Amino acid sequence: MELIARAAGAERLPAHLLRLGPMPALPSGALIAELEASGLLGRGGGGFPVGRKWRAVAERAAGGAVVLANGAEGEPLSFKDRSLMAARPHLVIDGALLAARAVGAGDIIFYVGAEHRTAVAALQQALAERPRDVRGRARIVTAPAGYVSGEESAAVHYVNAGDARPTATPPRPFERGVGGRPTLVQNVESLALAALIARRGHAWYQGLGHGRARGIGLLTVSGAVNRAGVHEIELGATLSDAAAAAGGLRGNVRAVLLGGYFGGWADLYEQWGLPLDAASMRARGLALGCGVVHFLPSDTCGVAATARFMTYLASQSARQCGPCVFGLSAIAGATQRLAAQSPQPGDLDRILRWSGQVTGRGACHHPDGAATLMHSALQVFADDFAAHQHRRCLTISEPARVAVA
Amino acid sequence: MGEVLQIDRIRCDGHGLCAELLPELISLDDWGYPIIKPGNIPPSVLEHARRAVDACPVLALRLIRTAALVGELTVHNP
Repeated sequence: MELIARAAGAERLPAHLLRLGPMPALPSGALIAELEASGLLGRGGGGFPVGRKWRAVAERAAGGAVVLANGAEGEPLSFKDRSLMAARPHLVIDGALLAARAVGAGDIIFYVGAEHRTAVAALQQALAERPRDVRGRARIVTAPAGYVSGEESAAVHYVNAGDARPTATPPRPFERGVGGRPTLVQNVESLALAALIARRGHAWYQGLGHGRARGIGLLTVSGAVNRAGVHEIELGATLSDAAAAAGGLRGNVRAVLLGGYFGGWADLYEQWGLPLDAASMRARGLALGCGVVHFLPSDTCGVAATARFMTYLASQSARQCGPCVFGLSAIAGATQRLAAQSPQPGDLDRILRWSGQVTGRGACHHPDGAATLMHSALQVFADDFAAHQHRRCLTISEPARVAVA
Repeated sequence: MGEVLQIDRIRCDGHGLCAELLPELISLDDWGYPIIKPGNIPPSVLEHARRAVDACPVLALRLIRTAALVGELTVHNP
């Protein structure tokens, strides 16, 4: 396992160096070329090629860039970033230092959710183990709780002005970010993987993976499995492999949420052999996103589960853009009414229309992600939604387990 | 190369003047916020588009020249 530790507690600097050796002194151009050749894609959710992102910042930085290591994991079903920072803080720091060298940045900011206390403590301890020149230009900024706090323009906005709401783009952070300087905002798992690729070369990374997929990645597996948690896989491993890594399915499962709240529902039987990698998933209209895999038990109604997720997403709107504020709350409200089997006439049609309308109409992609989730629910749970519009639920609940005295 | 309408969604308060002045390209959703027809502005309504931009009380509407494709990390190359 490269990114998750078997031992408890954060890896200390001597152990980190003993395991991986010192960071290589690759010049900027060679480092970016290694990353591009590795095919590493960002793991924050967007899946953008990491090497190309570094090059874009490097080309406009002229030595004055900033690196913002993004560990603000607002996704409720994701734990992989905080687990990584808590277990291997030095690998994340290495990645940030390499990124700083590659893009020409002096300052490094570790932007970590304030509620991820173990991760913050691990990074603090790890930075204290680093030489003075590293400590002097790196700092930890704790992000306020909230789904959109980790969105890249929100992260920059918080560092600049103490306001973790997204800003209108352009300019994007790589053009004008922290302190007005070109800023590389990169997820911490992406940075850790970059640190491994820098040491071992792109051929090592290309040698991992199943089928046509290359590389490794972290998943957070939850729901109806025996061992929920963060699991490292070779990309291209199947959904069934992910279930096996989590100790197997617990009870009957009919659907799985892939990619997190911004991802989509998939039918378990159709996708049991789905390779978990960005390209394979995109080809099937799905997304790996931040690596969330959540199995929905058969005795849980898909309409009710979707209503919970949509209600959460509506509540997490930064409340800046009308279509997001009103649209998501209306979609959530109608989905709740359907879930409660007390819909208004036409609720299902309204959900469909509103979900089509909100996409692309926010400063950030919050409404887009919510609409993607809603559209997938309307497909995967089509029969359930139709039944709920007629005040019926198709889910057969298991009899309540009553403790016998 | 052409011109498109761009809305600053944070500034927009849903006054709706733009949809009145440019119904060819702008409609309103159930809460009064504009939905813009995608694509370049046809020359026949460009004058109306300018008027809509000028009329926006919160200066949320802009006309911008389009370069090629504007992707995740590409920039406008004038």
